[in-house]
Amino acid sequence: MTTEHQIQTSFWNDTGKSGIRSWIFSTDHKRIGLLYFYSTFGFFLVGVLLGLLIRIELMAPGRTIMGPATYNAVFTVHGVVMIFLFILPAFPGAFGNMIMPIQIGARDVAFPRLNLLSWWLYIIGAAIILTSLFTGGGAPDTGWTFYVPFSARTGTNVTLAVFGVFIIGFSGILTGLNFVTTIHRLRAEGMTWGRLPLFVWSLYATAWVQILATPILAITLVMIMAERVLGAGLFDPARGGDPVMYQHLFWIYSHPAVYIMILPAMGVISDIIPVFSRKPIFGYKFIAFSSLAIAAAGSLVWGHHMFTSGMSDTAILVFSFLTFVVAIPSAIKVFNWVSTLYKGSISLDAPMLFALTFILLFSIGGLSGLILGAAATNIHVHDTHFVVGHFHYVMFGGTGFAFFAAMHYWLPKIYGRRYAEKPAIIAWVLMFTGFNILYFTMQVLGMKGMPRRYYDYLPEFAPLNLVATVGSWILAIGLAIMLVNLFRGLFRGERIGNNPWGGATLEWSIPSPPPTENFAEEPVVTHGPYDFKGTGIP
Amino acid sequence: MSHPELKDYAGAKLGMWLFLFTELLLFGGLFLLYSVYLSHFPHEFATAGRQLNWVFGTVNTMVLLTSSLLAAMAVTAVQRDNRGLAVRLLAGTISCAAIFMAIKYVEWSAKIRHGIYPNSPHLASAPPGEPVFFSLYYITTGIHGLHVLIGAAILGWIAAKVHSGKVHKGDYVLLENGALYWHLVDLIWIFIFPLYYLIL
Repeated sequence: MTTEHQIQTSFWNDTGKSGIRSWIFSTDHKRIGLLYFYSTFGFFLVGVLLGLLIRIELMAPGRTIMGPATYNAVFTVHGVVMIFLFILPAFPGAFGNMIMPIQIGARDVAFPRLNLLSWWLYIIGAAIILTSLFTGGGAPDTGWTFYVPFSARTGTNVTLAVFGVFIIGFSGILTGLNFVTTIHRLRAEGMTWGRLPLFVWSLYATAWVQILATPILAITLVMIMAERVLGAGLFDPARGGDPVMYQHLFWIYSHPAVYIMILPAMGVISDIIPVFSRKPIFGYKFIAFSSLAIAAAGSLVWGHHMFTSGMSDTAILVFSFLTFVVAIPSAIKVFNWVSTLYKGSISLDAPMLFALTFILLFSIGGLSGLILGAAATNIHVHDTHFVVGHFHYVMFGGTGFAFFAAMHYWLPKIYGRRYAEKPAIIAWVLMFTGFNILYFTMQVLGMKGMPRRYYDYLPEFAPLNLVATVGSWILAIGLAIMLVNLFRGLFRGERIGNNPWGGATLEWSIPSPPPTENFAEEPVVTHGPYDFKGTGIP
Repeated sequence: MSHPELKDYAGAKLGMWLFLFTELLLFGGLFLLYSVYLSHFPHEFATAGRQLNWVFGTVNTMVLLTSSLLAAMAVTAVQRDNRGLAVRLLAGTISCAAIFMAIKYVEWSAKIRHGIYPNSPHLASAPPGEPVFFSLYYITTGIHGLHVLIGAAILGWIAAKVHSGKVHKGDYVLLENGALYWHLVDLIWIFIFPLYYLIL
């Protein structure tokens, strides 16, 4: 039915319904991807504001702008928003939806209506979480991990917030099974497993983690609700429960969840590096395989969050060992990206700068993760700002910067227009500088012994805290410039052709913005995703 | 909708199986807690387990097994183009679900009358381990009961589709997936039953 259109209509114009209904009830993967993009990114900005407030409060010892109870609520909501409303759903939901079906030569995902349901569940969950902030006992103050016994006893609105996260969990599960089915069933002719773009491979591994880990989170959250509503006592030692079991259950999900966050980011980087180095990716099979290896090994390391919780020494040693094992596939990826750069014809456009930043910041974050994963050093830095610095290097420096890279790389495809290059690079310089001032300082503070989540601190930590806060402002200014430039470009910038970057994956073979049906005829794939020779791409 | 419905039998089955895995893992969290706490409190778990009525449990097991058989027969009936029989068989499955829930209701209310429910004053005086056993019992069978209700509702919806002819010999994957979901509900009970009623 697609061939009857000689000139295909862009998915922006081809609407069956009118106005907002053509978006919020659309089953088109590109529209759902944009819904995800704007909703998750909106929450990212909320999370950034909360993070800036935390940094302002910590700028000087004692009370700066808020009281201790508010501070507890702010860092909790910062974590809940960033993790459950942004970083977990953002990559699969936004770029996974927008790009993955096109990359495998499909017209849509396997279950388009289920896809829409996923977004609706996400929005409903987000609405419930937002409601929990302003009703009942007020915003949760437990930290995003909802550790018992405090989460079972605090008077704040934990039950409702946890229920919201539970609903969002379902959204993630449905996206995961939709993507696995899509990648198994809807690949175009010639799109063999060995020709899948690495972004698709990473989404495939991510989807499996979503399917296998999220149910454990769901049942754990149900248990918290049971503790609070029924007084079940599952984690109450007086009745035979064990609070450490809560931590086990929580991390059985939440450690694999960090791979839901980072794997798609690694996929984007694997797609961007070869395009801007004009070289096929080095070690395609190893990168694809390492995504699966990370997903598998990452499911067995949750105990490293609990070295000081009172586990047996044997368990600590085993989990410490496994944590080092999971570093191997991550390192394989880093070495392969760097080898791809070797003797490449590198052009430092904005997507590439963000991608290279990912490699550096992720490596710093990953190596500091090994300091935390080693049982002995962990005792010293556990629950300090070193941990905060570590996971912001991995999650923000890693996934966040990869998300910015993807925004610069793929949003022009979706909008058909591009941003200005120079402001994008200025923004990158500011963000890179601000980021390192902010989070490297945190790691130093942690090494010196400043605990995380504390409202107040000793005077000797004051100078470095001031430095970190100034870093957060530089980062925020860079972010603002990036957003203004990017979105002004997308709406009013220079028009682009099919293939502005010279990529060899399928999304660059169709018009920008993509037509509703993606491909005029079902494509037949004859070359690999990074096979620039003989594809007619300059 | 600009996308015509794509019929992919194998894809629909694959998606359903993945979903069933997530359901198993959901209950897996509860079974994990059960096994750890059992190892902490084997004696208390045994004492508490003996307070459950194995007759109710056994009858409910048979009811659910029968319901699963009827659901499987409904699929075969549609494959043989006998939609009327399939609707009647599905009605049988749903009746079994109702019987299961009725028995569950009687069982739970008897327990609650005896003061056995989470956070009850009676259990507060019980040795540690027993309250956890009963909390796990209520949460696990409660969530399972919720699945029975949802499964029955889904089968009812599918039965209407079989009746109207939207599910037929040429396209019955919806019924098959609904029956798969029902078998899962059955399967989980097959694990709950011995763990709580029998082996202790």
